[in-house]
Amino acid sequence: MARISLNVNGTAHTIDADPDMPLLYALRNDIGLNNPHFGCGLAQCGACTVHLDGQPIRSCVTPVSAVGNGKVVTLAGLGTPEKPHPIQKAYVEEQVPQCGYCINGWIMTAAALLNRNKKPSDAEIKNALTGLKCRCGTHMNIVRAVKRAAEMMG
Amino acid sequence: MTRMEKPATFSRRSVLKASGALVVSLGAPITLEAVLGINAAHAQASATKPPLTPDQLSSFIAVNADGSVSAFFGKMDMGQGLFTAIGQMVAEELDVPFKSVKVIMGDTATSVNQGGASGSTGIQLGGKQMRVAAAEARRVLVELAAVKLSLPAEELTVTDGVVHAKSDPTKKASYAELIGGRYFNVPLAWNKEYGNPLYAPGQAKPKDPSQYKIVGKGLSREDIAPLVYCQQDYCTDVKRPGMLHARMIRPPVAGSVPVKVDETSLKDIPGAKFYLEKGFLAVYAEKEWDAIRASQALKVEWSQVPAPFVEQAALYDHIRKTPARKHEDEGKQVGNVEEAFRTAARVVEAEYEWPFQSHACMGPACALVEVTDAGVTCWTGSQKPHFVQNGIAGTIGVPREKVHVIWVVGPGSYGRSDADDAAMDAAVLSKATGRPVRVQYTREQGTGWDPKGPASIHRARAAIDASGQVIAYEFVSKGFSRVDVNTNGGQPHDTLAGHFRGVPLKSGDNFGIPAESYEFANKRTYWETIPPLLDRASPLRSSHLRDPVGPQIQFASESFMDEVAHALNVDPVEFRLRHVKDARDIAVIKAATEKAGWQSRPSPRRDQTGTKVTGRGMAYAQRNGTRVAIVAEVDVDRSTGKIFARKFTVAHDCGQIINPVGLKHTIEGNIIQGLSRTIWEETKFDTKSVTTVDWVSYPILDIMEMPEVIDIVLIDRPTVAPSGAGEPSMRPLSSAIANAIFDATGVRIRRVPFTPDRVRAAMS
Repeated sequence: MARISLNVNGTAHTIDADPDMPLLYALRNDIGLNNPHFGCGLAQCGACTVHLDGQPIRSCVTPVSAVGNGKVVTLAGLGTPEKPHPIQKAYVEEQVPQCGYCINGWIMTAAALLNRNKKPSDAEIKNALTGLKCRCGTHMNIVRAVKRAAEMMG
Repeated sequence: MTRMEKPATFSRRSVLKASGALVVSLGAPITLEAVLGINAAHAQASATKPPLTPDQLSSFIAVNADGSVSAFFGKMDMGQGLFTAIGQMVAEELDVPFKSVKVIMGDTATSVNQGGASGSTGIQLGGKQMRVAAAEARRVLVELAAVKLSLPAEELTVTDGVVHAKSDPTKKASYAELIGGRYFNVPLAWNKEYGNPLYAPGQAKPKDPSQYKIVGKGLSREDIAPLVYCQQDYCTDVKRPGMLHARMIRPPVAGSVPVKVDETSLKDIPGAKFYLEKGFLAVYAEKEWDAIRASQALKVEWSQVPAPFVEQAALYDHIRKTPARKHEDEGKQVGNVEEAFRTAARVVEAEYEWPFQSHACMGPACALVEVTDAGVTCWTGSQKPHFVQNGIAGTIGVPREKVHVIWVVGPGSYGRSDADDAAMDAAVLSKATGRPVRVQYTREQGTGWDPKGPASIHRARAAIDASGQVIAYEFVSKGFSRVDVNTNGGQPHDTLAGHFRGVPLKSGDNFGIPAESYEFANKRTYWETIPPLLDRASPLRSSHLRDPVGPQIQFASESFMDEVAHALNVDPVEFRLRHVKDARDIAVIKAATEKAGWQSRPSPRRDQTGTKVTGRGMAYAQRNGTRVAIVAEVDVDRSTGKIFARKFTVAHDCGQIINPVGLKHTIEGNIIQGLSRTIWEETKFDTKSVTTVDWVSYPILDIMEMPEVIDIVLIDRPTVAPSGAGEPSMRPLSSAIANAIFDATGVRIRRVPFTPDRVRAAMS
């Protein structure tokens, strides 16, 4: 066990944890942020995706001790109903999800894409999102939402 | 008909209702019949809630003190928009704003068992019930208003939850005033059925569809924003004070059981313990990470058992050679097929194969159960919580009425998934530990140990006479049963907790036949089932996976129709239209092909050279009243075997459309998931167990492979009772793709999935 400090959604937290424990469990159980989900524990699906210093990472395989001073942002920290990130707004407007369990992966990865590429083509969108899983099959909506968000950020 | 139909017998001045007492003004003329009628009207509202039984209006509809409406629904929204659609149906019948209706689902304490999510019946059967309940609620509210306003019910109407005189809107009483915060005390004519067939209408007739203002509108889902802004917990997120985290330990060889568990292997993990009961083995700890570590550290000696499964390569031979446990002629049997085949000039025949497939939900199942002296509470993502209630009662031996099951949205659900198993595991562990226990399955357990869609083979043959007419058609499916375990976890023999604790499965027999309206002079359809490979706790036990056995049957039957059309050198659509007899079937076929710009010609096209070729294919299906026709346009790379399903045109007729936007999204999801099942999905196994256990070994469709276009033609039939949409459009998809591959290449693929290796091999 070790004392580990984490900066999550702009707030400092200190937890006692096994340094090898994946960040996902610190977020969900120690810090009380339910929204990153457990989907596979193998970095294969994206349901646990958060930003670490603006880059999407899979928190299910990232040891909590590896986060260091990095700034972690979860979907809850990306935006709020009052101050949404454009991709969140687009997700609602395009009525993207069905079960919605996968959305952390798609939204956090798309947000990072839109941060570096304001006008992505369809191919660039798919290239950025490849590997993420959605079992309900909302892929058509996802691409529509990313394009809509890009237009909003225009 | 009500007793309020004699307005001459009282007036507003003569009859007033105050503080629950009937006040009759002196000197006013009033008949005994009117008094009885008024009493009857008032008795329709009650301060105490009638029992939660299907024969009570209060079991479905309540008007809250603020006038908002709660609709208690015994089915569930798995993400296809039922919260919205059911809200629309209820709001429409009650004449209240859509936004004032809240649909509350899947809590055994507030809803009756309408069957849970099941067979695309959310609107078809669940909505049908909510519609008649809401219509009855409106009737009763108007009757209450008639008394309050001393006006005949016929002279009243309702606008936005306010009953008022048609001639004078100032004479009014709101739903909130009439009953808000109290309960309907109104009997319904329940048909004494539970589950999907439950139906309990009142006296009121639902509206004529020409009057609809809310039904038919593409209103947005209000349950999406809470997901996107992290305000909605999933079943995985529920926590209880004192909760333990548990992980299940499954055997490395299916059928083996723990012989010895080494307690010392957990000694370095704080608070970690194991629980063993016959074959049921779990670890648990105070902290989730410690439970995970314990599951990895636990040393178990397993019993030696014979490897239970056949080699994967022998699967279809096994199905072919195993004597059928049950044979069932199903569907309309016409003429004498054997005789017709004896006289045939030509016979076309083919056999098709479909593998075991996994639900592979986005997250493996999770459930939380808290057993206390007072009773049991379960939080589950199961799509059938009312059956989970029965299952827990039977599994841990408590009276059913002591079990409260709360459905909380889960990580997707497409049938009888692993969710029911997780709920039972958590119940066993909570009873054993006396603590609330959260069971979270692993990815390996979610994909490897969920009930599987059954593997099957399908044989079809057609007899053709000398003039080129099809004179006979025969179709048979043979496979593992779709109900090896039941469609819900309602009995110990249907869940892993039951199996591992010593209850063998009671494998039922069911499969199905093609759903179409082809007419031939002689026609025979039947199915056969074979026994499971292992009598309990099998990772290959089969059950319902989205559109249970529909995709496999229609893959074969609609591929075969193309094969016959090819044999006759006829355009495949033209061939179908010669034999399809149902008018709505014909309408979807024409709608899809016209929208897709179908050019009439036989398949395959023979004008393409080079590696990359393109083809088009069409297929259609019925499903419990719904009709779907799909045109697929597919690119095939002959060198790699890779398929790109570029465009789908889907014509969809599910009768009356409640919400066209939700319907389109539901169809798109079906197309993508169906495409995934067609080109990638196959549960693999060796003789010991299932070997497809994650997203690498069990791949699903990637975004790079999504179609460019899904063009949807919705056929709305407002006067036809709505049928389902959650599954039908998946049904003809595989065959549409197979037919397009044939059109492009001249090669017929008769085994799913169409992986690049398999397609490439077929080309060579």
